[in-house]
Amino acid sequence: MDFYYGLLQIIGMHTILGLSAYIVLLTGQVTLAQAGFFAIGAYIAGMLTVLAGWHLVPSMLVAAVVSGTVACLVGFPALRIKGLMLVVATMAFGEAVRLFWFNFDYQRSKGEALVGPLGGEGFKQIRYFPENGWTTGEVATFVWIWVALIMAALWWIDRSRAGAVLRAVGEDELAAQSVGINLTAVKVTAFAVGGFIAGIGGAIYAHYTTHIEHSNFGVILATFAIAYPILGGLTNVVGTLLAVIFIQGFLVEGLRFLGDWRNLLFGALIVLAMNVRPRGLIDERAMLFLRRMFGLAKRGTNA
Amino acid sequence: MLELQALSKHFGGVHAVDDLSLTVNRGEIFGLIGPNGSGKSTTVNLICGVLPVTAGTISFEGHDITSAQPHRAVAAGLARTFQNIRLFSHLTVWQNLWVAQGRTDGHESSRFVKRWLAGDSTARRSVSDLIAFAGLSDRGDEYAGNLAFGEQRRLELARALATGPKLLLLDEPAAGMNLEEVRELDERLRQLVERGITILLVEHVMELVMGVTDRIAVLNFGRKIAEGTPAEIQNDEAVQEAYLGSSNKA
Repeated sequence: MDFYYGLLQIIGMHTILGLSAYIVLLTGQVTLAQAGFFAIGAYIAGMLTVLAGWHLVPSMLVAAVVSGTVACLVGFPALRIKGLMLVVATMAFGEAVRLFWFNFDYQRSKGEALVGPLGGEGFKQIRYFPENGWTTGEVATFVWIWVALIMAALWWIDRSRAGAVLRAVGEDELAAQSVGINLTAVKVTAFAVGGFIAGIGGAIYAHYTTHIEHSNFGVILATFAIAYPILGGLTNVVGTLLAVIFIQGFLVEGLRFLGDWRNLLFGALIVLAMNVRPRGLIDERAMLFLRRMFGLAKRGTNA
Repeated sequence: MLELQALSKHFGGVHAVDDLSLTVNRGEIFGLIGPNGSGKSTTVNLICGVLPVTAGTISFEGHDITSAQPHRAVAAGLARTFQNIRLFSHLTVWQNLWVAQGRTDGHESSRFVKRWLAGDSTARRSVSDLIAFAGLSDRGDEYAGNLAFGEQRRLELARALATGPKLLLLDEPAAGMNLEEVRELDERLRQLVERGITILLVEHVMELVMGVTDRIAVLNFGRKIAEGTPAEIQNDEAVQEAYLGSSNKA
């Protein structure tokens, strides 16, 4: 049972990471910075619970605000660059964050032991869950409450005018400006919200693994972050969740019996999925089909 | 209403717009014509703030908007359409108009709360009006990219109107239209003027320009070579030369 709870936790955390990239991708910006924001959230929240002895939830929120603020600052220079250049710039930012934690020491004595981040050795003993007697089932529930909250919030944004504005910017910046949309405000906000969400994900991750180090937050994680929403499709947040289940649940865990061949098949299946469904697993046509199937009211008359 | 003074735009050594001055008066349809590459679209892009100005000033209703960003120009009451239609093709017709409705009175955040409480009913009503104006009733849920060419043109015009403009800049709205559609467009533009909107019309289709405009300016190589009523322009020698090449020089 613990295995499944563990898997549920992983899927939940990766969904949060994917959703943090989802909102940035909606504005047409491909970002590899999400792993960096995830790392900031992880370290800050870990320090708050371990060193300052805070409760987990306020620690998570503070961590999320910090990474959201950093994301906002990253958003401004990122405005001037587009496409591949933005990918490179955000990747460089992510690496800078990783190297920051690689060099960051801040240890305090707690009882007999020294605790806190210790550069390349990582940050050990983030034992909030075991110290407070949480079972894996409770942790999994906690993770999924956050997933549900974030998905609901993004779903609501998506259905509101804000969602249409984000997509408009993603489709055609010139046309978006010409109907009065402030590009700077929209892009920086998307970055900040994405950073906030990634911060929450990272904060949970730190307490889930109890031991984080810089190498957890490399380019691979950043690539996963954008792979989920791209594979799932940018039509709505459910796509991202499905993609995480597909990758983490099926490709990573389900194909474990294949041994080393798994990685090869992994790549091939993603390429195949993108070829069959170029606009993601859940695209506009799939939504139209679902809406007709369930007889849901149409947007123009109801939303 | 709109005043360009000694406006210039240079791309390296190319003088795309050169020392252009003109005034568009409230309530008129002002035509801007000229051969290909004469700087008409560049002028529109300068007015909208898409391109930075090299020299000169642009003022709109007495305010200087020379270096205003595009969304500021929209907030001031300028809206445009594009020579090559630029809709948000993966958004629905309805959403295309919705995103353009940023400019309403009242403070941003209070409006947001008010709209949210009111279920956005006012916004919805005016979007329905615009859909009807564009002749797209029943097609509100269609993705803009799925519309036929003529429908896309009408939607783009409606989207510009959704911003609540005082002055519309139309960049070749009749391009690719047949005669029937041009007549419809002519009718539509007159309706807009009746609603109190001023229009700057950049166009190649002479049936439209000569019929609907009050005054016309002609550009050639970025310079204004003539200005006047349609009748005056049709008989202007410099204009004929620009369009047909110099005649009877020998």
